[in-house]
Amino acid sequence: MLRARIAGHALALVATVLLGGFLSATLVRLAPGFDADERQLDPHLNAESLQALRTARQHDHNVWRFYFTYMNRAVHGDLGTSLALGQPVRTLLGDRAPLTLRLLTVGLALAWLAALSLALTAAWLRLSAYDAVTTMVSGAFLCIPAAVLALLSVLWNVPGSLAIALIVFPPTYRYTRNLLAKSYSQPYIITARAKGLGEARILFWHAVPAVAPQLLAVAGVSVSMAIGATIPVEALCGLAGVGQLAWQAALARDLPLLVNITILVTVVTLLANCGADVIGHMVRGQES
Amino acid sequence: MNLWRKLACAVLAGVLCASAAANWLAPAGYARQYREAANAPPSRAHWLGTDEIGRDRFARVLYGTRISLLLAPAAALLSTLMAALIGGLAGYLGGLWARMATAVTDLFLSLPWLFLLITARALMPLNVSPLFSVTVTFLLLGLLGWTTAARVLCATAGSLRSADFVRQARAAGVSGQRLFWIHVLPNLRPVLYAQFWISIPVFILSEANLGILGLGVAEPLPSWGSLLKELEGLVSVGDEPWKFVPLILLVAVVMSFQFLLSGQDQVTA
Repeated sequence: MLRARIAGHALALVATVLLGGFLSATLVRLAPGFDADERQLDPHLNAESLQALRTARQHDHNVWRFYFTYMNRAVHGDLGTSLALGQPVRTLLGDRAPLTLRLLTVGLALAWLAALSLALTAAWLRLSAYDAVTTMVSGAFLCIPAAVLALLSVLWNVPGSLAIALIVFPPTYRYTRNLLAKSYSQPYIITARAKGLGEARILFWHAVPAVAPQLLAVAGVSVSMAIGATIPVEALCGLAGVGQLAWQAALARDLPLLVNITILVTVVTLLANCGADVIGHMVRGQES
Repeated sequence: MNLWRKLACAVLAGVLCASAAANWLAPAGYARQYREAANAPPSRAHWLGTDEIGRDRFARVLYGTRISLLLAPAAALLSTLMAALIGGLAGYLGGLWARMATAVTDLFLSLPWLFLLITARALMPLNVSPLFSVTVTFLLLGLLGWTTAARVLCATAGSLRSADFVRQARAAGVSGQRLFWIHVLPNLRPVLYAQFWISIPVFILSEANLGILGLGVAEPLPSWGSLLKELEGLVSVGDEPWKFVPLILLVAVVMSFQFLLSGQDQVTA
């Protein structure tokens, strides 16, 4: 059962990459200015050289041929060259990925720490005033655009990872709180309480394990949210990560770079969701 | 209707009326430059001061609010219609169609929203007119924002397909389009309304993010995103607090939608 689940996810991942690669190659091929080559403006080149340049690009005109060339290169680790920065995409990604990874790890850890602490306290205390205040605070953060939170973090000189945490925290807290509230309304919790079990035991022994698989699914989704938050945070905080690279590529209309980043991000997101689903499945299996 | 929802309605009505009356409240318009009063603080002539090229900030806030509040619901309508068409129909047809729709929505949902938006936005030509940029920005939001709603509608339509009243209608000889239009679609309406209202604040926030990143509505047209871009140059919060007015307005509007949605949840439940 577990193997079939993993195989299904692997198949979905491969299909997504193939389809994403095709869409990316088509976008790059159809983008305005694809045929342009700056060297054609060089006055030193004669008619024969110009013709040779045009002939060299002719095989790229067929979308399918272009796609197979693109995928073949990608399989061999060649993701092309950035039009705006003039460097190999692979080098650019390799240089910037560690910073983004660090930002994501710290940001997600902070967001989950805050969300879990507040949600568990709300479930334990069951005070309507506490619940109202935490819901109001998380709701207020939900209403502020991610880019404004990034700007405010620059203004108040706080690290970018905190901005990511503030972007991821509100939805994570709300999901966690709602899941725990739903779990507390189940008959087995009422029975446990009727049997005289303490609040701590009810929370950590009965309520939290019951929602663990769903919490893992939320963890997978929170990775996707955090990755999305890297664009405004890195771009506006001046952090040279993958998010900033994507933003620069968008401004410079550097499609080869942008589509490669998007595919990479999609793969990371899918892996996070698959991981969360498989672990959740294992947890459910252990419970039953 | 509780007190918070009444307050939310009042805030939305007030903001909508003010933006609709922009022509009367700020007759000089959003693009007029008072070159002798660039970067001016608030005064009687300019209630929220002027920006770095002397444009009246109050006028820009009013016109920007009008653009964001008119086009976000338009984008929400487009995305809801797409979701109804793709998700609703696939869920109703079931089988292979439902599986295909789920696979496509899964593919879209696995792409982080902002990455997808900036990639699509980067495909547009550089030298576009402001009107084209505003149309494209909200059109993209509408065209790319249908997936979550489609997933919900696909599941709801799927459950309706096996509902007793649909079975009874089918047993009575109703089938095909008539079954969908007369029996299934009216029952999807509450979900469609909920998805429409949920999408509006999401699109408002997305436009703001794009605008701050310089990928939204082109100058000189104002929008909440382009107005919030001004915060980039701030040195401290206390220096020019009037620059926070668009942010306060945006938060108030999005929060009002949230309060209204909490009521919508109860309706759809």
